[in-house]
This record gives sequence, C-alpha cells and structure tokens, in this order.
Amino acid sequence: MATVELKKLTKSFGKTEVLHGIDLMVEDGEFVVFVGPSGCGKSTTLRLLAGLDEVTSGQILIGGEVVNNLAPKERNIAMVFQNYAIYPHMTVRKNIGFGLRTAKMPKADKEKRIDEVAEILGMTDLLERRPAQLSGGQRQRVAIGRAMVRNPSVFLFDEPLSNLDAQLRTQMRLEIKKLHQDVGTTIIFVTHDQVEAMTLADRIVIMKDGHIQQVGTPSDVFQNPANMFVAQFIGAPSMNMLEGTVIDEGIQLGAGPVIAHKNQFPVDKITVGIRPSALVPATGGAPTLMAGTIAIVEPLGAESLAYVDINGTMVIATVSGRTPPIVGDVLPLTCPPEDIHFFDTASGKALS
Amino acid sequence: MTNAFDYSRKRIAPAKVIRWTLLALGGIAMVMPIVFMLSTSFKWPHEIYNLKIIPDEPTIENYTYVLEDGRFYQWFWNSLVISTITTISAVLFDSIVGYTLCKFRFRGRMIVFVAILSTLMIPTEMLVIPWYLMAKDFGWLNSYWGIMFPGIMTAFGTFLMKQFFESVPNDFLEAARIDGLNEFQIWWSVAMPLVTPALSALAIFVFLGNWTAFIWPLIVTNDPELYTLPVGLTTFSVEQSVEWELIMTGAALATIPTLIVFLVFQRYIIRGVVMTGIKG
Ligand SMILES: Nc1ncnc2c1ncn2[C@@H]1O[C@H](COP(=O)(O)OP(=O)(O)O)[C@@H](O)[C@H]1O
Ligand SMILES: [Mg+2]
Repeated sequence: MATVELKKLTKSFGKTEVLHGIDLMVEDGEFVVFVGPSGCGKSTTLRLLAGLDEVTSGQILIGGEVVNNLAPKERNIAMVFQNYAIYPHMTVRKNIGFGLRTAKMPKADKEKRIDEVAEILGMTDLLERRPAQLSGGQRQRVAIGRAMVRNPSVFLFDEPLSNLDAQLRTQMRLEIKKLHQDVGTTIIFVTHDQVEAMTLADRIVIMKDGHIQQVGTPSDVFQNPANMFVAQFIGAPSMNMLEGTVIDEGIQLGAGPVIAHKNQFPVDKITVGIRPSALVPATGGAPTLMAGTIAIVEPLGAESLAYVDINGTMVIATVSGRTPPIVGDVLPLTCPPEDIHFFDTASGKALS
Repeated sequence: MTNAFDYSRKRIAPAKVIRWTLLALGGIAMVMPIVFMLSTSFKWPHEIYNLKIIPDEPTIENYTYVLEDGRFYQWFWNSLVISTITTISAVLFDSIVGYTLCKFRFRGRMIVFVAILSTLMIPTEMLVIPWYLMAKDFGWLNSYWGIMFPGIMTAFGTFLMKQFFESVPNDFLEAARIDGLNEFQIWWSVAMPLVTPALSALAIFVFLGNWTAFIWPLIVTNDPELYTLPVGLTTFSVEQSVEWELIMTGAALATIPTLIVFLVFQRYIIRGVVMTGIKG
C-alpha cells in the first residue's frame, strides 16, 4: 500500500507536449479514477506511473519515494491492460503466476499464492484452462489475478472494462469495487466512461487535452462542476447549456426567457447550465422558468426525457414515465434555483 | 424458368472443366519429376532412357549399391549436421534481429532494416566469390563452418520475423516488463511462443534451402569427406558417365529427411504460409 504523488508532470512525444503539468496527490488506499475523452492523456499518465514511458519533466512519487528513474518492476505496481494482455500460450495458472516468475520465493509458496488469488476471483476450477477457453469476463479476471498475485502497492487499470458487453461491464465494475474494499490497495483507474468513473471512484480526476480540469468526489464534481467541460462531461444526458447576457433583472437567455438572479456577475456573457434531471414540468404553483413545444419524448421506464424546443433552442427535461406529455404540447418547465449553474461564457469557468 | 436453369448449368460446366484440367495439369507437372526420380531409381542402367514409369525389370540393386557405398552416409551426415545447425542458428538470429527491429525504436533502425532488406536483392551467385575469398583468408575452406557461415542468419527470415512480430501486441510485452522480466526473457518466453507458426515455416524454408544447397558447398569444399549430399551425388556423374539411376536413388533417399521435417512442422507451416501469404 502506498500514496502516489504527481508533481508538475509533463510528457512530450517529440515536439508535441501531451501532458502539461499534472499535479495530484493520491492517498494510501484511495480509489482514484481518471476520466476524460479519448486522447486527453489518461493512458500516457498511467504509463508514466508504471514506468513504461519516460517522464519529460516533473516528479512521480510512490510511497513518498521519487521513482522517476526506477524500472517498472522496482516500483511495486501492477497494471491491467485494456485487452487484458494475458498470454494465449499459457494456462490460467501460468498466467496468474507470471507475475511471480521473478519473485524469490519457494515454488510451493508461489502455488499457494496462485490458489489464494484464484479463490478470491472464483477461478479455482478454471486454473488449467487456456485463455481461448474463457469468456471475456473470465479473461478479465485472469488479468486482475495476475496483477493481484504480487501484492503490489498500487494497481493501475487502463480501461479494463471497455472490451466487455454492457451487462458484464456492470458486473465487473462491482467486482472491482468489492476487490478494492477487500484488499484496500491504492487503485488508479482510467476510463473514458463517466458512469464507470462515478460508480467506482473515491475521487475523480477529470482530464482534457493534457490538463486536469477538476479533482473531487463523484458528488462534488456532479454538484459543483468547476467549468463547462466538466459540467457537460459528467452526468447523462449532458447538462443543458444556454447562453445569455447579464441584464438588470438577471440573465437574458438567447432563447428568450429571463433567469432572475440577484448576484452581481463579473462578466456580462453568461452560460446557464441546468441538468435534465433538474429541469421538470412546472406544476403545483412552481414558477415557470421557461416554456416550449415538446419535440421528442424518449421513454426510459421510470421516467421519460422530453426534448423541448424553446424558441429554436433544444433543452432536455425529465418528465413522468407513467403519463408522459404528448409531442406538440407546450410544456412549462421549472428548476430549483440551487440547481442552476452559471458559467463565464468566454473562459468556461463556473461562477458562484 | 427451366430454360434459364439449363442455361446456367451449361455455363458453369465448362468453367469447371477448365478449372479441374488446369489443376490436374499443375499437379502432374509437380508430381512427374518425383515419379521419374522414383521410377529411375528402380531401373537398370540400360533402361533409364526408356520413359516407362514402371520398369520392365525393376531392381533394388541401385539402393543396395548406394547404401553399401560408405560415402553416402558421410554425405548424408554432413548435410544433416550443416542443415540442422544452420536452421537453428538462422531461426534464432533472424527472430532476435527481427524482434529488435520491430519492437524497439533506436537511431539507425531504418538504415539497418533497409540494409538487411537490400541484401535480399543480391543473388547467391554474385556473393559466392566474395564469400570464397573471405573463407580463404580466414582459413575456413574445407570445413563445416566454411559451408555454414553464409547461412547462419538470413535477410529473408529477418524480414519475415519482423513482420510477424508486428502481430504481437505491445501490451503483452509491457505486461511482462512490469512483471519484472528482462528484455531477453520477454523475447524468449512471451514473444517467441506467440509466433511459432512463423518460426516453423521459417525453419522449414531454411532447412530445405540448406539441404538442397549446391553451388556454395561445391565451391568451398574439395574434400569428399566434407561433401554435402547434393555435391556428393554429382560425383556419381563425373567418375565414368552420368549414372542417372544412382543419382536418382541418392536423391530419393535424400528426400526422406525433408519429408520428416515437413511432416513434423506441417500443421504449423500451413498456418504460417497462410499468414504470410507466401505460396509454398
Ligand atoms: N507513443 C506516442 N507517440 C506520439 N504521440 C502519442 C504517443 N502515445 C500517445 N500519444 C498522443 O498523446 C495523446 C494522449 O494519448 P493517450 O494518453 O493515449 O490518451 P487517452 O486519454 O485516450 O488514453 C494523444 O494525442 C496521442 O495521440
Ligand atoms: Mg487510453
């Protein structure tokens, strides 16, 4: 077990800098998820941590010790790759035991450790099989077993679930979370899927174009996004974004409605953000924030999503699943004031 | 409807006839030399210019002669040793160099690769003289090493293995690196087992190439003790006249090891050949 610290970490490939100074402190035993769109530098960060690529500048500390110049094996980390990287020519037992090949311990102890890990992962019956005879989920489990067997102080996962189908992904997500609760090892997990990030993480690190956008607990980044990118990246469907201008009564939206607001803003171009889950039909005397014609209704079961046309701008609202409104109806919408987010249109930064 | 059906049947039939005829002709063209080799090896000298496949008076006299002549065993042994050592050596060196060129980025990598590749374009006949001068200066004439040294590594095999290692995902290698294996162990215990079809195909190509090599072994040796089988067999033709029945008998015996090598590796070579797209 160990802390992980990144200090002003940068990475360039040739002349292109892809990480522009990453600062992060990961506590011992913490489950941290890096999330961001493809190409934002998540894998690169993980590879630097693992020692597979060389740091351009900055420092990496594992357990308080600078590891910049240590080989991967000397960092006591284990990594699980997206395509599992389990060897087709070896049995499950050999694959799991692979991490112990260079360990100096008696063969009997190694076998015992492999059995232990197989037991934890529920793979005891599969030890003599080859990867070709396993399902996707079982292969993933072998890859995790291979990482576990050495008792590393940090686990690194690079999109380990993205090759699995939706159902299996949900199941493996739970298993990884449970594994973390059982073994308590520090985990750094990379994904482009914000749902995975929200469900797994103690803390989420949201990245874009080689910069960290925000670090926080799942509820923190959901409730208080630091900027428009985070606001739209976290949560599905994405937050509605409406551009407007500051006037005396509040904010005049480009789409027509005025959002009343008392505070003074330092800028006059404001983007108002409202999550679809917070934008609901105005009933029982709630003040109408905006109104528009329903263009499409998407039933999701318990609730439905209504795409509402506000003078040419489409917003998504959440409506009842039992008695959804009808396409073509005019729907008045409301939203609790605390669920309205304000952003500086120019910089994208959140305004309080 | 019926007409259309008949029409289509008539159209397909000639195509089939042509296809089968061509295949049959190709098959006959390939098999005939082997048939004549076997047929001649069972003929008496006076019958060899008679093109009958079944000899009028079949005999195993030629086999008795060749096998009782002690030189045959010596040549066979020479060929076996030389081909085996060269095969092992070429397969190992080609794959380690191919792997390095494929999986490591270093200054001059492209130059090395192009240099190796360009040697593929130089025919053996052109290299024989420089090889000979080199062997002479080093004192390698009339030795196993003299026969073997040009073949201990091959440009073709290096190229082939480099291409095959492209199919080994880098994640496999990196996972092993994190598990603490050194680069040599990664090559040997992770990368190599994943390209066994290519290794088998290469082993067969190299073995056959060396087993049938003629010009170089002929030039570098003049000691009959060191002759390889193809070189030795030709001595049946210089002593008196051309003794075709003995040459064919020796040739028939010489195909046995190649058959064994092929049978052992065939389940791999078929995959390997399919994968490289090289027609065996
Ligand atoms: N070996 C490399 N050489 C050059 N550019 C690279 C290399 N690896 C990654 N990059 C670039 O770095 C950026 C970040 O990549 P990566 O970390 O893989 O993103 P992701 O967040 O999808 O994992 C991308 O723009 C990618 O093109
Ligand atoms: Mg990636």
